[in-house]
Amino acid sequence: MSVATSAQIGVAQSTSSTAPAAVAEVRGLKRAFGPRGVLNGVDLSVAAGEIVALIGRSGSGKSTLLRALAGLDREGTGHLAVNGTAAVAFQDARLLHWRRVRENVALGLRVEDRERVAEVALREVGLGEHLRAWPLTLSGGEAQRVSLARALVREPDLMLLDEPFGALDAITRLSMHRLLLDLWGRHRPAILLVTHDVDEALALADRVVLLADGRIAHEERIALERPREREHHDLVEKRVRLLTELGVYEKGAVL
Amino acid sequence: MSTYEQEAVGIATLGPVQQTVTEEQATELHSTVSAPRARRRRRIRWQRLVSPLALLGIWQLSHVFNLISPGHLPPPSLIATTAVNLITHPTPAYGSLQGALLVSLERFAIGFALGGSVAVLLAITAGLSRIGEAAIDPLAQMIRTLPLFGLIPVFIVWFGIGTLPKVLLVALGAAVPLYLNTYSGIRSIDGRLFELGHVLGLNRWELLRNVVVPSALPQALVGLRQSLGAAWLSLVVAEQINANAGLGFMINQATQFLRNDVIFVALFTYTLLGLLTDWIVRILERRALAWRTDLVIR
Repeated sequence: MSVATSAQIGVAQSTSSTAPAAVAEVRGLKRAFGPRGVLNGVDLSVAAGEIVALIGRSGSGKSTLLRALAGLDREGTGHLAVNGTAAVAFQDARLLHWRRVRENVALGLRVEDRERVAEVALREVGLGEHLRAWPLTLSGGEAQRVSLARALVREPDLMLLDEPFGALDAITRLSMHRLLLDLWGRHRPAILLVTHDVDEALALADRVVLLADGRIAHEERIALERPREREHHDLVEKRVRLLTELGVYEKGAVL
Repeated sequence: MSTYEQEAVGIATLGPVQQTVTEEQATELHSTVSAPRARRRRRIRWQRLVSPLALLGIWQLSHVFNLISPGHLPPPSLIATTAVNLITHPTPAYGSLQGALLVSLERFAIGFALGGSVAVLLAITAGLSRIGEAAIDPLAQMIRTLPLFGLIPVFIVWFGIGTLPKVLLVALGAAVPLYLNTYSGIRSIDGRLFELGHVLGLNRWELLRNVVVPSALPQALVGLRQSLGAAWLSLVVAEQINANAGLGFMINQATQFLRNDVIFVALFTYTLLGLLTDWIVRILERRALAWRTDLVIR
């Protein structure tokens, strides 16, 4: 996806006022569904190579924000810019069941030798043996890995991940976390990860951003090396703060 | 009943799309299937021949014992002989069987190609554009409720008694179910796939080829089957009115000469043609819906 297709909502994109390091820049984004304002002036910028986790209660508008950045929702007003290419992975892997795995990854690719490029990406996510498989024969985790490969193969500057691991079981989710960090380590795209899972956000992100009442209500920076120890005191503290902000923390609760 | 037995039934009958897994595919996917299992499937297939053959035997025997008059229901042996005679010794009254078959087949092919292509074009237009839907669908729904064979007298007035009204009746018979199913197939495409297409930067043509056509295809193929059935029926009816060639003409002539054996030969020929087109659809389905087999077997 090019800058042009995803960049403008309401206000035209202005590169001059955007810091060169920011891959995604959102300022004063508002979006309402009927009378209900979901986003009431969101400011967010994602730096190149940064992993930002966007959390919030359900209905808080996190997916709406991601969809706006992906160019799937153009009804909002405000400033929105994506500098570079973006790729999206959805919660449902959203594969075309009638195309084999490799063709799914190669779909819409504008490079020479797209089949081989797709193949490389699939090997990278550990699916080199499934190039010619039909998507319906894959497990949920495998399908999601195809979806990651499909996003990755476009060599995006920004990966928009909409709860990509939300439908997976706990064990698969952990191995997907490792895979995502591994891929990020090699390709260094900026990642905006929408999730409802505080632990997932804490395990992966450089920055956890909490969306509430249509605004960025809270932000935590995490400087720890990855992979991270879940019980690290810094993470435990941040977890308590985030859960409190989300309004679900009770003193003495087991985290 | 095990999955495999159900499958075998699906193969042998003209079952709905979900059951059109072929044995070859099943074997291919389950190459590790145990030998007794494969043997049992083969046996089931063979068993399905028993009742038709038994019926044929009883039919023939009832003539051997003079239980039925050949004038009312000719025995299978007579029908077979008559068929051979009609092929090898054409008569002025009936012409030859292969000649009649070609005439009928031609009417069918032209009518079906015409009706089918118009139906698919209209369905795509109505399915993908709001203006197209507003313009086309109400008319299509009206035509759907029109009694097809009630049009025959009108068609004769308009188009005479030649080939044209017959071809047009076949076209109309074919078009209606194909349009309805293709249109509803396109309408029920998952909107999230269009989003995906947008995200992947697919152009219109890629979207049509990768999303629209494959999504709508299962339903369109259901429509194709119904459409073929309707087209054959239209042909049979149309051909028996004012025809001077073709299988319907042969039936008309035979009626006048009280030759039930000839009528049966013509009817069986229609049946064989119907089976032939059905077989073609099944090959199409097998190729186009291969991705679904896994779902069915799982």
